[in-house]
Amino acid sequence: MAERSKPKVAVWKFASCDGCQLSLLDCEDELLAVAEEIQIANFPEASREVIEGPYDVSLVEGSVTTPHDRERIQMVRKSSKVLITIGACATAGGIQALRNFKDVKDFINTVYANPEFIDTLDQSTPIADHVKVDFELRGCPINKMQLVEVINAFLNSRKPNTPPHSTCIDCKLEGNVCVMVAQGTPCLGPVTHTGCGALCPTYNRGCYGCFGPKETPNTNSLSSWLKQSGANDDQMMRAFRGFNAWSEPFRKESESHD
Amino acid sequence: MNAPVLIDTIGLGQLIKLLQKKGYQVMGPTVRDEAIVYDTLDSINDLPQGWTDEQEAGHYRIKKRDDNAYFGYVVGPHSWKKYLHPPRRRLWRAEQKDGEVDIIPESAESTRFAFLGVRSCELHAITIQDEVFIKGPHVDNDYRLRRENALIIAVNCTQSAPTCFCVSMNTGPKAESGYDLVLTEILENNIHHFLVQAGSEKGLELLGELDPRPAKESDISKAEKGIEQAAQQMSRSMKTDGIKELLFENLEHPRWDEVAERCLSCANCTMVCPTCFCSTVEDVTDITGDHAERWQRWDSCFTMDFSYLHGGSVRSSTKSRYRQWMTHKLASWIDQFGSSGCVGCGRCVTWCPVGIDITEEVRAIENAGSKTSTPSQGGKE
Repeated sequence: MAERSKPKVAVWKFASCDGCQLSLLDCEDELLAVAEEIQIANFPEASREVIEGPYDVSLVEGSVTTPHDRERIQMVRKSSKVLITIGACATAGGIQALRNFKDVKDFINTVYANPEFIDTLDQSTPIADHVKVDFELRGCPINKMQLVEVINAFLNSRKPNTPPHSTCIDCKLEGNVCVMVAQGTPCLGPVTHTGCGALCPTYNRGCYGCFGPKETPNTNSLSSWLKQSGANDDQMMRAFRGFNAWSEPFRKESESHD
Repeated sequence: MNAPVLIDTIGLGQLIKLLQKKGYQVMGPTVRDEAIVYDTLDSINDLPQGWTDEQEAGHYRIKKRDDNAYFGYVVGPHSWKKYLHPPRRRLWRAEQKDGEVDIIPESAESTRFAFLGVRSCELHAITIQDEVFIKGPHVDNDYRLRRENALIIAVNCTQSAPTCFCVSMNTGPKAESGYDLVLTEILENNIHHFLVQAGSEKGLELLGELDPRPAKESDISKAEKGIEQAAQQMSRSMKTDGIKELLFENLEHPRWDEVAERCLSCANCTMVCPTCFCSTVEDVTDITGDHAERWQRWDSCFTMDFSYLHGGSVRSSTKSRYRQWMTHKLASWIDQFGSSGCVGCGRCVTWCPVGIDITEEVRAIENAGSKTSTPSQGGKE
């Protein structure tokens, strides 16, 4: 095929644990092929070399939690043709969005000896609350193969195969036995966006909802059923208040049990 | 086509060995992950001997039996469609070199499966998928080849689960046709053997190599009694008379809204259904873009992508998706393929994470009487 130019790719970190961007380095077999086809222009986890923007693609990890980051994301957007958010922090606010349900000042006063040095926002919010996002990749952490798929699809001008349906479909494609029906294990699979390859149910555990709500999630019906099966409100509140607690369907569901 | 004969448990073990010797991959029930699933059988020891299943809407548990029955369970989470119509399958590949694109078709699948333990409802389900994949104008050659190569050893049910309703669907519990051999397990006191009958030349040939004993009248009547017991135990039923009209006349029935409040649109019902056949295709490339593949995978009418046309999904509400699934399965299937798409196996009832029961949904619409109203405003749902 005709030689195509190498797109400039930048990786940005906001409030996050770095796990998602490390997925890129974790690609092992695929990493060399990816590195052949793209120019890593800014990726502090991998290299100190920084090439100036604008960038063809920006992969953004993390949520916005400080006034500084609120400004910085605007700069990232301005210097990026395509902005892709990776992971639950960037797409839903992450586990740190648990602050959104409480008064963050209480935490600061409890944790820090000199709270006056802390300059933080009341809420942890997803990138899409601040700038236009072109594509969101779910997961806590993201599935590295899905990340390769998204880069691959971008390079080849096609749609990425990252369907928004339930995790149950992937369980069934794998031939897994439903842990909820056959063992009575509470599982968020029926309301959770697929992408992990049904990792937990494959190992006989219920789904924790790391990939956030699926398309048209019916969280209310699932929690009603789980409550009939013995779960209490506190358990249901906690089940939906995980890495994607601030995504609207999970937030509303957890609040209804609070 | 022949007189029933008897084999004992040693004979059953020999049957598995014989099939393997003949080059079949023997697939059958086995215990895994707290369920009776279908997988490769190495020997008779892999069968779920002494196990049974307890089923209700949204509930499944395996339990120890107080006897050593090999087939003392009903149906589990898997169905034979995973072998005949696999969940994922590559359709073709393409290579690009020097500006030329080569399409490389997939070589035809040649695995020869022997399915051991196929229930009557499942035989009907296979016949229904034959209708879809082979009998129509567009033959799925991969399916056809797998199907033609497959040998089927049916087992008559001698018990039923509370989720079964094959009697009302006229699909069981006795296997009437579509098998090469059919077994009925007879287990009482110190007697443990199987009444066997061939349903094809291939089956007859197999039987000949097993050295069976002739069956007595009393054996036949014991087997019949077992099957009768399965039918008697069946507590669920589906209304089938006039079901097409009932559903078509009630497309705006309030019950659809009620079921949509419970339905998770998770697609479990369609995945476990032995007749649901929908699939989608996904195109993948390697990073360089010089190598592409097209894959088929199971899809479900419960996803948004399923009805995605330019501009959005046609069936965006859960109500419209549930209604699509149920009216297709029970009503428009009849026009399309000449029979109901439901075989009464009860899998959709058992494996629904919130226990939605298709028979109850039909009954609710029936009991509430016809409520024809104006069609919904298209895109709003």
